[in-house]
Amino acid sequence: MKIRKNIAVSDTGFLFNPSTGDSYSVNPIGMDIVRLMKQNKELNEIKQAIMSEYVCDEATFEKDYYDFSMVLRNYKLLEDE
Amino acid sequence: MSKKIYERPIIRPLNTGMMNKFGTRTEYLPVTHLDGVSVKSLIKQYGSPLFVFSERQMRENIRNAKRTFETRYPKVQFAWSYKTNYLNAICNVFHQEGSWAEVVSRFEYDKALSNGVPGDKILFNGPDKTDDDLRLAIKNNSPIHIDHLDELYRLTEIATELNVKPRVAIRVNMDTGIYPMWDRFGFNYETGQAWDAINKILASGKLDLVGLHTHIGTYMLTPSAYGVAANKMADLALGIKKKFEATIQYIDMGGGFASQNTLKGSYLKGSDVVPAINEYAEVICTALLNAGFKNNELPTLYLETGRALIDNAGFLLGTVIANKRLSDGRKATILDFGVNILFTAFWYDHKISPAQEFGMHTEDTVLYGPLCMNIDVIRENISLPPLNAGDQVVVHHTGAYTITQSMQFISMRPAVVMIDETGKPHVIKKKETLKDLEMNEKMPEHLHQFKLT
Repeated sequence: MKIRKNIAVSDTGFLFNPSTGDSYSVNPIGMDIVRLMKQNKELNEIKQAIMSEYVCDEATFEKDYYDFSMVLRNYKLLEDE
Repeated sequence: MSKKIYERPIIRPLNTGMMNKFGTRTEYLPVTHLDGVSVKSLIKQYGSPLFVFSERQMRENIRNAKRTFETRYPKVQFAWSYKTNYLNAICNVFHQEGSWAEVVSRFEYDKALSNGVPGDKILFNGPDKTDDDLRLAIKNNSPIHIDHLDELYRLTEIATELNVKPRVAIRVNMDTGIYPMWDRFGFNYETGQAWDAINKILASGKLDLVGLHTHIGTYMLTPSAYGVAANKMADLALGIKKKFEATIQYIDMGGGFASQNTLKGSYLKGSDVVPAINEYAEVICTALLNAGFKNNELPTLYLETGRALIDNAGFLLGTVIANKRLSDGRKATILDFGVNILFTAFWYDHKISPAQEFGMHTEDTVLYGPLCMNIDVIRENISLPPLNAGDQVVVHHTGAYTITQSMQFISMRPAVVMIDETGKPHVIKKKETLKDLEMNEKMPEHLHQFKLT
């Protein structure tokens, strides 16, 4: 899953979609994930990166990651696959 | 380097539109302790979900209410409304503070007696009193508040048979300018039903009419309605004095004062719209004092307020079971307590706080209970920080009617704990067990055995 190239990501927790004009606020973990997705990282790499930084087990993160990805897709922030 | 605390990733669209004059989130402070006792330790020791009552808050509420009325009116008597919460420990806190008992059924009456309340300090209300109930109340000299003519006639017959003169009051309903008007209980003031009942009682000479009782509604947000009611009650009492030379000893204004819960559909939060108890006291006491009673004939003011004295002293602690995403994209959180123990969720938007620290981001969420029933919704929409399975929450203002209206359904009812004034928790009701549930069940002989293939 990749974030669309035209999505602007701020350092302070905002996403902006210039093609629709929509803005979004994202919490810090969400921002970490979005940045890693922007770098074209795969799930395993993202998981390792998050788990090395936060107190979290693998199952919880995977569950939350898929839910988060689904919301990103609903907001049309992901590249079509 | 230590790792950071994990929080579920969330994203929410920023909507432009009309400014919200109330601003954004302001009320979401974590509630980690109740009366100095940690929420986590309570759940660890007594299980989840768990009802918790603050004895300190209850005593503060009743003392404040008494002070508020007694500084405005010379003769005031509170009676604890058993139906609001009849756990014995709760009742006894109010009895220790000087409250009598107000009951609406035989089992509540028996509870008050077994708690040690003298019979003459139990106000017996309600439309359902059997002949046996009436005989017991007469024997104990309890004031019987008559609800309908059938009760009046039966009581007159019993009094004749026993050759005693029971102490009675009549319940009066009236138009106080509020909607809906409660006219199903008692005798109506405007249509003359109340006078009809009074005439019957005083003309027969079989019953001792000592009081007048009203209860104009519940969760009343308009204090002025109590002023109207007090004026009409005083008018009846003065009319009785004039017509029959009989002195009414007490006027019972019932209850119905609102707590700070937020009603569903309310634009503003309960804490912003609910009148303070002194606003009710001011209109009631002013009306009675100015009604024209002679100084030595001023009736005692009885008050049966329940909700306003207990609601904010009760909390329900619970735990997040799971999170899921609904088909329309909304977040849903499943908690381990349902509407079977939080019946008030049907009419209140309860304030719910996380019991642990969290970040600044929130998410709109539906809160469901654990029952396998579609109606089990605790909040249709609430903005909460991302809660993970195992996180705990505190539901506020659950002291009134939650315990008495809770039902055993799908899951067992939880334990109830009271934190005393020194901060020590006491179990005041144990968690239900399957044994409790099946205690009164009987199995016919032919149904004992079966064979499945």
